[in-house]
Amino acid sequence: MNQNTRVVITGVGLAAPNADNLHDFRDKAIRGINETTEIELRYFGKAPAGICTFPETKYRKKKDNKRGTRAGCLGVYCTYEALNDAGLDIDYYDRSKIGVYIGLTEHGTVETENEVYNIKQYDYDTKYWTHHHNPRTVLNNPAGEITMSLGITGPHYSIGAACAAGNASLIQGVQMLRLGEVDMAIAGGISECVGSFGIFASFKAQNALGYDEDPRLACKPFDMSRNGIIISEGACVYTLETLDKALERGAKIYGEIVGYAMNSDAKDFVLPFWERQAECMELALQRAGLKAEDIDLVNTHATGTKSGDIEECKAVKRVFGNSSSTYINNTKSIIGHAMGAAGVLELAANLGSFDDGIIHPTINITELDPECALNNLVINTAKQVDAVDTILNNSFGMVGINSTLVVKKYKG
Amino acid sequence: MTRDEIKDLVLEIIEDIDEDADFDALDPAEPLRDQLDLDSMDFLDIVMELRKRHQLQIPEEDYPQLATLNSCVDYLEPLLKDA
Repeated sequence: MNQNTRVVITGVGLAAPNADNLHDFRDKAIRGINETTEIELRYFGKAPAGICTFPETKYRKKKDNKRGTRAGCLGVYCTYEALNDAGLDIDYYDRSKIGVYIGLTEHGTVETENEVYNIKQYDYDTKYWTHHHNPRTVLNNPAGEITMSLGITGPHYSIGAACAAGNASLIQGVQMLRLGEVDMAIAGGISECVGSFGIFASFKAQNALGYDEDPRLACKPFDMSRNGIIISEGACVYTLETLDKALERGAKIYGEIVGYAMNSDAKDFVLPFWERQAECMELALQRAGLKAEDIDLVNTHATGTKSGDIEECKAVKRVFGNSSSTYINNTKSIIGHAMGAAGVLELAANLGSFDDGIIHPTINITELDPECALNNLVINTAKQVDAVDTILNNSFGMVGINSTLVVKKYKG
Repeated sequence: MTRDEIKDLVLEIIEDIDEDADFDALDPAEPLRDQLDLDSMDFLDIVMELRKRHQLQIPEEDYPQLATLNSCVDYLEPLLKDA
C-alpha cells in the first residue's frame, strides 16, 4: 500500500431532488432552490420528500430498469454521467481493474415492502413471491447493476454505513487505489428510501420526521422551528483516479481527497455524539496534514433534528471555534436528507466553490437556534469569499457512525 | 381459450416484461429466447404470470415445452381450454 498515492476526483454524475447534473445542482445550491415535494405512501399517507427526476432510460433499457431496483437505475445513470463528465471511455482502464464501491444506508426495504404488498392479493401465498426478490435485495445490488450495465469485471460491492455511507464509499475508493487493487474507482452513494413507507413511519415514530405545510421549507437545520428529517431520494457517483493517471490523460481535476476518517460513537442507536464527531474531524485533519484554520468550508451533516444539529454544532465549535476563516454551510436545507447519498451529493454541491469561491447558503433559517449559532455560518444567501481551497465534509449516521472527508483544490 | 387467444396471451405477457419487444419478425416455430431479449429470469416471469392470471402450476420439467410460441400454444391449449 502506498499511502503517498494521491487520489483525485475527475468526474461527477448525480441525481438530486432538484437537478440531474452537476451544473444545475451547483447553480441551485448557490441560489438555494429547494424542490422538495409531497409524496403519498401506502399505509403511511403524505409527507414532504425529495424525488429525483432524471432521464431513466438514457443509458439503460426500460426492461432492465423494471427488472432491477430504483437504486440500480439511479446508480447506472449516475455512473454513465460521471464517466462522460470525466471524459473516460470505459475501456481506458482495464475493466478488471475498475472497482465499484457504492454506499448505502440500507437496501432491500423498498423491494421487500413491495413484494409483501403484492402477494397480499394472493392471501400471502408465497408461491406468488417473485424470483426477482433475491437479486434485487442482495446488498451489492446497486453496485452490481452498474457493473452489469458497463461490463466492468473488477470488484464491486456496497458499503453499509447508514447516512455516512456516501463518504465511506469515497474512502473505500481511495484505499483501494492506494492498495493498487484497482486502477480506477467508481465510488458514490445511492438512496431509494422514499419508496419505503416503513422508513417514513419509523422516523415518525421516533418523532424525527420533519414537516412543513410548504415542503420546500420543511428541511431547516439550525432553525429554532426545525422538527425533523426530510427524506430524499438521490445518488451521486464519482470517478476516482490516481493523480498521476489523471494528469497523464489531461483530465479535469475537481479536487484531491487529502484526508478522511471514520469512527464510532459506541453509545446509542440513534442519538449522535459530538465528542466522537469532533474526534472524527480532528483525525481527518491530522491525516490531511492540515489545521482547522486551513479549512475554508465545512459542509455540515445536520439533518434538522432538535438534538442532532446541536451535537454537530458542539463538535464543529470544538474543532473550528478558533478558526475565523472557516465558513460553514448545510446542503440538506436545499435537498433534504438523501441518506446513503447525502455525503457525496453534499460534497458535489460544494465542489464548485473551488472555482467560483462561493459558499452556498444554508436556507430555511428564520430564527437561528442560539445553540447552533456557529461562526461564519452562511445563512439564506450565498457568500462570495476570496477563495475556497479546502472543504471538510461531514456525514454521520445511525448506530453511531461518523465520517469526515477533506478535499483540497488541485492547483498543479 | 382458442389457440389465437393463447398466442395473444403469451405475447401480452412478453410485452409486459419488455415493451420494446418486436414481434413483427417473430417466427413462431423458433425459440423465443433466440429471437427476443429474454433470459432465464424473464422466462420465470412468464411462468409466474401464467400462475397469477390462470392459476397454472407449470412444473419445471415442462419448461422446455414453452420454448417457442407454437409450443407454448400446444402446451397451454389443454390447460386453458376452460379459461
